[in-house]
Amino acid sequence: MTKKIVILGGGTGGTLVANRLHRHFKHHRLDGEAVDITVVDRDDHHMYQPGLLFVPFGLAQHSEIVRPRKAQLHKDIEFVESGIDRVDHHGDTVYLENGRELAYDVLVIATGAQLAFDETEGLTGPGWNERVFTFYDITGATGLAAALEEFEGGRLVVNVVDMPIKCPVAPLEFCFLADWYFTERGIRDKVEIVYATPLDGAFTKPTASAKLSALLEEKGIHLVTEFNTGSVEMDDDLQSGKLVGYDGREVPFDLAAVIPMHSGADYVGRSEGLGDDLNFVPTNKATLQTMAKENIFAIGDATNVPASKAGSVTHFEGEVLVDNIIRFLEHRELESTFDGHANCFIETGFGKALLIDFNYETEPLPGHFPAAVGMPLLKESRMNHLGKLMFQWFYWHALLPGRDVPGIGADMPKAGKQLPNPNKEEEAKV
Amino acid sequence: MSTATYAGVAVELNDEGFFVDPNQWTRDIAVELAKADGIDQLTDQHWTVLEFMRKEYFEKGTGPTVRVLGKTSGVSVKDLYLLFPKGPAKMAARIAGIPKPKGCI
Repeated sequence: MTKKIVILGGGTGGTLVANRLHRHFKHHRLDGEAVDITVVDRDDHHMYQPGLLFVPFGLAQHSEIVRPRKAQLHKDIEFVESGIDRVDHHGDTVYLENGRELAYDVLVIATGAQLAFDETEGLTGPGWNERVFTFYDITGATGLAAALEEFEGGRLVVNVVDMPIKCPVAPLEFCFLADWYFTERGIRDKVEIVYATPLDGAFTKPTASAKLSALLEEKGIHLVTEFNTGSVEMDDDLQSGKLVGYDGREVPFDLAAVIPMHSGADYVGRSEGLGDDLNFVPTNKATLQTMAKENIFAIGDATNVPASKAGSVTHFEGEVLVDNIIRFLEHRELESTFDGHANCFIETGFGKALLIDFNYETEPLPGHFPAAVGMPLLKESRMNHLGKLMFQWFYWHALLPGRDVPGIGADMPKAGKQLPNPNKEEEAKV
Repeated sequence: MSTATYAGVAVELNDEGFFVDPNQWTRDIAVELAKADGIDQLTDQHWTVLEFMRKEYFEKGTGPTVRVLGKTSGVSVKDLYLLFPKGPAKMAARIAGIPKPKGCI
């Protein structure tokens, strides 16, 4: 019998896994049979999500960062455009909103994370998309571009409602780019930029957090930590408002860029035994097999693995996931293990960027990537900025088609990193 | 790393004052930790949250964030701030004897 692999989600993870699986089974039939691959998504618009950051500053347009999903998939992969009603893991069947039922031998959950606007009181109330925006979707990013253009001075507040979010460095990049943008317009001295985060520092990992906090200070961006946004309240004139924290603290703004709380996809919540309280899918962080059932795997932002919700993570997971799906279908033990590898460019404005590279165990450290000679890590450089810009080409032409990149593998490289010397630490303590 | 004595037990703490070994925790220790943090009396609701945090930690390897705590512990986020005014996730984690919740990476 022909085996069926159904992939839910035609974003970064779903697309690259579909293409990689297709290439494998084209050359290696399973028990003499072909393998059918189907990708389901509710629409045919594949967004290059890292591009959203640039839209508010007029550095990218909607049309430049969206392409059809179907066109990113090999022509022999079936693409079904429909919402998903639910997954019945007992019956190995996905029920689609268009009424179709898809039976599967292996299911891949790649439906990412969504923005949970309703979790914050008043967020989408008066002032929404007028003085309060998000740049995490195209409507918000485009609206923010117009609002920034008209902004002549006042308090710009960038706020993360709660972790986890997609691309945890993007809000910081937004602050750095806003600093650059207002400097270019000659009104930086009239704008106060504030970054309010629920974390106790600029970032989660200590070395990078210290470096990024210093950069914020250098650029005159005010950092508010351990701020848990309870509600958004507009003033009577609807021209300004304030974020109110659960602890009673208030952060006033004239313009707010809010990153709402994230959750997994709604159908996960409708599928018995599949997701957690926030609809993320509990997944083995090394094998990427879900806890729900052995023939269900998950990739990218949809999982609950303790790695960044970032395209690079999804990319590195892809290699491991595809290998484990092949092993599963061939009745072999899952062996491939994912180490939590993440690699992110952090745009810092004025044509420069930082690069960070880390995994579950090793925090972002200074040095070079991928080896001793390479791009500087945790240090601003022009080369990293060019790397970030070039990445969009790489995304469409190498990452989504599932091509291997020489020298950049799933495992985090250690050569080139300034790893802490345990003996030195001991000496420092004495 | 340092050592502190609570309710007659020598406990290992990390640099931020969180337990290194959650198994060293007892309810008597929690009472002392709470007092040191300005909570004179641990109510039933405090205990609900503390026990929930420990359960989550042992099941998932990290304590929950405030938002998840509000959704799943049976105590609303607003009430959590009344119970643990210095920030529920961190303050309750310290009193519950578990490491600082990771939040996200």
